Amino acid sequence: MKKYDVVTSISYPKKGAMGKTGSWRVFKPKLDKSKCVKCLQCWVFCPEGVIIKNKDGTIDIDYEYCKGCGVCANVCKVKAIVMEREAEDK
Amino acid sequence: MKVMIDTGNYIAAKAAVMAKPDVVAAYPITPQTTLVEGIAKYVATGEFKGEYICVESEHSAMSACIGASATGSRTFTATSSHGLLLMHEMLHWASLARLPVIMCNINRVIGPGWNIWSDQNDSIAQRDTGWIQFYCSSCQEIFDTVIQSFKLGEHKKVGLPVMINYDAFILSHTSMPVYIPEQKEIDDFIPTFKPLWKLDVDNPITFGNIIGPAYYEKVRKAMQDAQENAKTLIPEIAKEWKNKFGRYHGDLLERYKCEDAEYILMSMSAIGAESKVAIDNLRADGLKIGLARVRTFRPFPSEEMIKLGKQSDLIVIDRNISIGSEGALFNETKAALYNKSDAKVHGFIAGLGGKDVTYQDIEKICKKVVNGKAKDFEWYGFEGD
Repeated sequence: MKKYDVVTSISYPKKGAMGKTGSWRVFKPKLDKSKCVKCLQCWVFCPEGVIIKNKDGTIDIDYEYCKGCGVCANVCKVKAIVMEREAEDK
Repeated sequence: MKVMIDTGNYIAAKAAVMAKPDVVAAYPITPQTTLVEGIAKYVATGEFKGEYICVESEHSAMSACIGASATGSRTFTATSSHGLLLMHEMLHWASLARLPVIMCNINRVIGPGWNIWSDQNDSIAQRDTGWIQFYCSSCQEIFDTVIQSFKLGEHKKVGLPVMINYDAFILSHTSMPVYIPEQKEIDDFIPTFKPLWKLDVDNPITFGNIIGPAYYEKVRKAMQDAQENAKTLIPEIAKEWKNKFGRYHGDLLERYKCEDAEYILMSMSAIGAESKVAIDNLRADGLKIGLARVRTFRPFPSEEMIKLGKQSDLIVIDRNISIGSEGALFNETKAALYNKSDAKVHGFIAGLGGKDVTYQDIEKICKKVVNGKAKDFEWYGFEGD
């Protein structure tokens, strides 16, 4: 990757360029793998690329960077992902 | 080399086109209009081969130049007065992004009331935007400064936008003979633009993302360092131009008969040229007086002023006023001298609203100071005085 020798507000593509954005989250997507049909709509629509596509077609969610926007839960046809308040998780 | 007799605006258009910008985006405004018309003519004749974008406002003109510059393109625009004010937000954007957009600004009064004549309040109001600011005093200086500005602004040690200012009508619409080098000579003088960074699909980056306080401070410091670098490069580029083409208008300052001067007059733009006539006449009367015409307001020539202040008392004429304070050049000259010199500094406001400032006026100002009758700061020739 080409880097520029200039002091200005350039961001290079890397994982978590903005820090651990998972801390921004109020609602957390909870995945029920038994309901998941591996359609990957969540993987397509996630604006942050935090849906991890596994080799066997199943998915996981990277909670270090997921901001909790809820798009994945919204596009999930089988309600395998639902949004829950962070505090209720404990 | 050939001689072209034309107005400041058409000369600026010629210079801009000879620098071969990839993109020109501009919106017409009196008294800049003939400059952009001049470039349009070069589009028609085929001499200008870049993209000429007609936009719907000056804010858009600067935004288009910023976008083009961010892809690594050489860019040029021109404006005046209210057009410059409408660009204000994007002027900051260009300099913070370190994009060397080159722009002519024809100094014109700010309304209301409606007035199209010469006055520097438009560009002085942009002094904190991070742009390098030149002030020219002849059509030849406009041509030479536009060309030199591409080299300066695009230099890797600078990487800042440059504003070339000159007086409404007094220069923009006055014809003078100007020496124009051959295209090949200009091509050799200005190196190929190597941007400090660029938007490039092969090397994806984003620009203008959120940055924290500590890093933001570094961005500002780097801009300050770049302006300091310009202080060294402006004289170097002027010297190279002088060696190649034989013409020289000074560095950050132009000194005229300063060697043994007990008083030094300071002014900018066309008043600076008019001042030379006044200095000759005052010298003929036996006064030891010289002229330091300020060519760059940013970077501000503080070091040169301290040298002058150690030798002479200073008389500053401002064609601008920072309301509630003083003239900008007067104000900053005193700041530069503070704790470094005991020179007396007198400030005069003259020529606001395009009011004529003749060499006789300038002589009167100087004599008033020499005769000990001037206040520290006053308005010259105010109606009723």
